[in-house]
Amino acid sequence: MTTRGRAAGRRPLLAGRGLQIYTWLVIAWLVAPIAVMVLFGFNDTQGRYNTSWQGFTLKWYGKLFEIGDLTEALVNSLLIALLTMVIAGVLGSLIGLALGRYRFRGSGTTNVVMFAAISCAEIVMGASLLSLFVTLAVPLGFWTIVISHVMFSISFVAVTVRARVMTLDRSLEEAARDLGAGTWTTFRLVTLPMIFPGVLAGSMLAFALSIDDFVITNFNAGGTVTFPLWIWGSTRVGIPPQVNIMGTLIFAAGVSIAVINALMARRRS
Amino acid sequence: MSRRLRAALTPYALIFPGGIWLAIFFVVPMVVMLSLSLQSGSVEEGYAFAWNWHSYADGLSNYHDQIIRSVIYGLASTVIQIIIGFPVAYWIAFKGGKHKSLYLFLLLLPFLVSFVLRTISWQFMLSDNGILLGPLKSLGLLPEGFRVLATPYAVIGGLAYNFLPFMVLPMYVALERIDPRVLEAAQDLYASRFQTFLRVVLPLSLPGVFAGVLMTFVPATSDYVNASVLGGTNTTMIGNVIQNQYLVTQDYPTASALSFTLMALLLVGIFAYAKALGTEDVLEVAAR
Repeated sequence: MTTRGRAAGRRPLLAGRGLQIYTWLVIAWLVAPIAVMVLFGFNDTQGRYNTSWQGFTLKWYGKLFEIGDLTEALVNSLLIALLTMVIAGVLGSLIGLALGRYRFRGSGTTNVVMFAAISCAEIVMGASLLSLFVTLAVPLGFWTIVISHVMFSISFVAVTVRARVMTLDRSLEEAARDLGAGTWTTFRLVTLPMIFPGVLAGSMLAFALSIDDFVITNFNAGGTVTFPLWIWGSTRVGIPPQVNIMGTLIFAAGVSIAVINALMARRRS
Repeated sequence: MSRRLRAALTPYALIFPGGIWLAIFFVVPMVVMLSLSLQSGSVEEGYAFAWNWHSYADGLSNYHDQIIRSVIYGLASTVIQIIIGFPVAYWIAFKGGKHKSLYLFLLLLPFLVSFVLRTISWQFMLSDNGILLGPLKSLGLLPEGFRVLATPYAVIGGLAYNFLPFMVLPMYVALERIDPRVLEAAQDLYASRFQTFLRVVLPLSLPGVFAGVLMTFVPATSDYVNASVLGGTNTTMIGNVIQNQYLVTQDYPTASALSFTLMALLLVGIFAYAKALGTEDVLEVAAR
């Protein structure tokens, strides 16, 4: 490592070019499977099997929705993620607002439950919820998936919103009240716009967690199939290129949202 | 309603809907699972509650191999993540400059692809005659029978890969927070760069490492996706057993007893680790 030389005494250890190259190698390792996934969506395979490179083609993009049950699984995933985003977004934001704003008896317990829900092993949450559904003979399907996704997303939304609420200046709300605004008007015109970035970030996190979830869904899905469950089910028989493309499109959408978000943040500041 | 009373009730009203959801679908199920694990009976005749602790004894005696293997894989992948991730977090925090958020974004890219799909992509890359091993074998650099899949290395590597960003982020946050003037002070007091690192940077980064371990050891130890996709019959983890017992054989008492054993094991592990680090209150650290 070439850390010797100019002003060496002022520089922290391990600060050379070597570490920069190392960081890029780790990033390359992290991105490698994604690159392969994207690449093999363009693979000119003859059958359903997509195992070795046969040449470049766009034909699979034209046949994206040809596998009926895969398309249905993707639609299920999107619907469930949207519902989770809205329900967990609202319920989690309310909890985050309460925890960030008020001191009250029971806030400690709420914090502990939320920490437990965030750090609990997914398989334990999935298994215990299935235990409840089995005991009560609740039929498994679309709605039990929604219930489970809202359950594990609420805490993440609440923590995100709480962080935002804690940074806010309360005097603005007091000013609104002094100017004669009622509780609801103050909330709608002052509080909500101020916490909205937190609510939006939390809700989007809920969407991302939901659309990616496998373990808890695996336990509580019954016969309903989501995108990750469909992929799981076809591991043994081979993954068709359509899965690569759908993964690519979800990835591209995520990257676009992140980039737009960063650009808007830069413009604001 | 008086204004004061309303103000006192507001937080409870805000918490109520989400709190009820968590109570019914997170807290109550834990109790239900506990009672399920104490039932006796059979799949055909149904189960009844009987303070039956046999499921725990049976579960432990039949599946202790998988339990031990899960802990070893979980620990191994966590240690690998610390070793791989610390220099990355360190470099971004101290040398990332204007591009810190870009590097963090690149580290988070895997989360934009489904967990199952990422793991399957590794299976595809590592397959016996696939895009990595195939060319090496045809060049004669590797023996024909060489394989990565179905070995413990593949499973541990997959676990380390899948949870690495959860390890790097908290370490980055802790390192980022270190005031550069503290480092200057150490050097003004004639600490060598190595001493500065060992006695200033490393201790100050420990809360981040702690949070990272918390966020990666639990999912890694309880995972069954990596062991199923990348592993073979002799890399089965406890998660595979639980999943199979719940969804295939439907032996609920044994399955729930194993889930509880796993949960207890993880809790004990976390608290022992917190104690060893001298962290008085795990929740305190985690809440930050």
